[in-house]
Amino acid sequence: MSTDLMIKDLHISVQGKPIIKGLNLAVKQGEIHALMGPNGSGKSTLANGLMGHPLYDIDSGEVIFSGVDVLELEPNERAKLGLFLAFQYPTAIPGVSLANFLRLAVSAVRGKEGNGSSNDGLIPMREFRRELREKMKQLGVDDSFARRYLNDGFSGGEKKRAEILQLAMLEPKIAILDETDSGLDIDAIRVVGESVNQLIGPELGVLIITHYPRLLDYIRPQFVHILLDGRIVESGGWELTQMLEAEGYDPIREKYGIDEE
Amino acid sequence: MANSETNTIEELGVSNDYQYGFHDDVKPTFKSRKGLDEGVINQMCDIKGEPDWMRQYRLNAYQIFKQKPMTKWGGDLSQLDFDDIYYYVKASDQSERSWDDVPDDIKKTFDRLGIPEAERKFLAGVGAQYDSEVVYHNIVEELDKIGVVFLDTDTAIKEYPDLVKKYFGTIIPSADNQFAALNSAVWSGGSFVYVPPGVKVEYPLQAYFRINSENMGQFERTLIIADEGSQVHYVEGCTAPTFSSQSLHSAVVEIVCMKGSRVRYTTIQNWANNVYNLVTKRAFAYEDAQMEWVDGNLGSKLTMKYPSVYMMEPGARGDILSIAFASKGQHQDAGAKVYHCAPHTTSQITSKSISKDGGRSSYRGWVDVAKGAKGCKSHVVCDALILDKDSRSDTYPVIEIGENDTNIEHEARVSKIGEEQLFYLMSRGLSEEEASTMIVNGFIEPLVKELPMEYAVEMNRLIQLQMEGSVG
Repeated sequence: MSTDLMIKDLHISVQGKPIIKGLNLAVKQGEIHALMGPNGSGKSTLANGLMGHPLYDIDSGEVIFSGVDVLELEPNERAKLGLFLAFQYPTAIPGVSLANFLRLAVSAVRGKEGNGSSNDGLIPMREFRRELREKMKQLGVDDSFARRYLNDGFSGGEKKRAEILQLAMLEPKIAILDETDSGLDIDAIRVVGESVNQLIGPELGVLIITHYPRLLDYIRPQFVHILLDGRIVESGGWELTQMLEAEGYDPIREKYGIDEE
Repeated sequence: MANSETNTIEELGVSNDYQYGFHDDVKPTFKSRKGLDEGVINQMCDIKGEPDWMRQYRLNAYQIFKQKPMTKWGGDLSQLDFDDIYYYVKASDQSERSWDDVPDDIKKTFDRLGIPEAERKFLAGVGAQYDSEVVYHNIVEELDKIGVVFLDTDTAIKEYPDLVKKYFGTIIPSADNQFAALNSAVWSGGSFVYVPPGVKVEYPLQAYFRINSENMGQFERTLIIADEGSQVHYVEGCTAPTFSSQSLHSAVVEIVCMKGSRVRYTTIQNWANNVYNLVTKRAFAYEDAQMEWVDGNLGSKLTMKYPSVYMMEPGARGDILSIAFASKGQHQDAGAKVYHCAPHTTSQITSKSISKDGGRSSYRGWVDVAKGAKGCKSHVVCDALILDKDSRSDTYPVIEIGENDTNIEHEARVSKIGEEQLFYLMSRGLSEEEASTMIVNGFIEPLVKELPMEYAVEMNRLIQLQMEGSVG
């Protein structure tokens, strides 16, 4: 069974306004892709649409993941297939500790029929704690994180690190990082970048969605795509990020005749 | 037996989400005729062998009850028919101190509810009331020896007549309201607690209330006296079978917190949704005493209950935590009242309500600061969570301040489960139901963490049961 993420001629609109206008992209396990685009190009719409946000309407196209058309699936079914979205703005869930939440999430994603699960369908507490502690140590996350209420009162940097910790625990096949660098200072970007780097391997495909090339200094993509007005207009390698770093998006806009929004 | 329970639930076509909805076929040793008059009250007094002062007290209260008009505020009581209720149902001849002596069929009910098991684990004393009468009451020996009294109120009248007579009805007089008058006329069972000066009861005392008969009125009467510098935690739980017709639960709970004492009273109310739950609860807190009500209302058809604290002397403190969960066909009219009758008294009210599937929850609160009660502080926080557009939440706060030198804060927030929260949790593999349940549990977490661990677990489980099948 293929574990590629195949996006074919995808159209997404928000409140009746078309945002993604015929997008094609394939991401395989073990590959790192960067999707770069200016504000308003449709980056977050693509991320939310792929994960199944109810406010994002899929007008046409296909998204095949692990051989399944996921567009009819609920977000949790997509997660169980191995798709993950690191949010640009993670939502706070007051009163729910990160550890309690993650135990339920990990149990759900790994399947309740799986071996070693206890009567309540959750992975055994001891096993879960050990794994969580290991991952937190590996990512340099403070122990107190586990007891804190999920994203509640977290700083920008803490939220993004909590997202990466969830990525590490849920072990998806394909992870979408939606502007994980936004709102972070350069030190925080380095920390997050290095964390993601530790998780990269042949089992994980990554789609990094970003405006700026900064995060890519730490996570080097093999494939770079430029998103403009809801379509991928250029695909290539590292040289594209170099070009954007030097010249910004204006030359690309001019080339494709798209006005600044 | 198993068949009759299944029938009860299935024949009625009532949702059997309520896991305590079974009915056990227990033949009462006495059951008064339906409806209420002086004859029924006299019959009760005769069977109980009560002293004359209590008979007069009851008959007097009955006169007050007859004169009171039907309560018009709060919830809808128009379907409540006082003539269609059995006011006294005696399931057992006496209250036992050994679980082995409780009649087998009654014991079976409580076994199914896990009561004796709970006692062995973590309680200092347990009382169990079945319909009108307490069938079991016990306290650990060490507490008994140092003078802690934990009895059913009927027995307390016989064994501690002076103490009971001194305080009974002084905190909540018969004329206080319609249902206090009714309780004063026909009360039966409930707990009497006395904690001697300086004694700290480390583990909770628990009372368990079970309605088993159909069209039953349960009117327990509880009186707790915490003497100077003492400390006690009292916990009550309640369930009933799911019948199609109404039952009425109308308790009166009076608490005296003497100088420097500390009382916590925790309720997990889980009546079946055919029960009218109309309860008056009040505490007097004297100098530097602290009274805490932790009031969780998940069951019943209609609950009207506003635990109150009267701060009578300087330094007194009243804390009230209220959780209400109103689901389909339920109205939780819950809240709290605090009366600052003396200077330098402090109160805190925290209310969290959840409405779902067309349920309605109301917060009804009263903060009163008497003239001359300088330097008082009161802080009220009301949070309401509404799970769908069919459900409703209202807030009715009243603040009466007769003194300028005072500090009152009131915050109210209404929130809906956000689409972003649901999407976030679902994107991590949780189903919509799991995600909603998690958000609700998080919402009440600040209160649940105040509960003893076993109750916190129970509370979370009850929330989960309420949430099951809630998402289409």
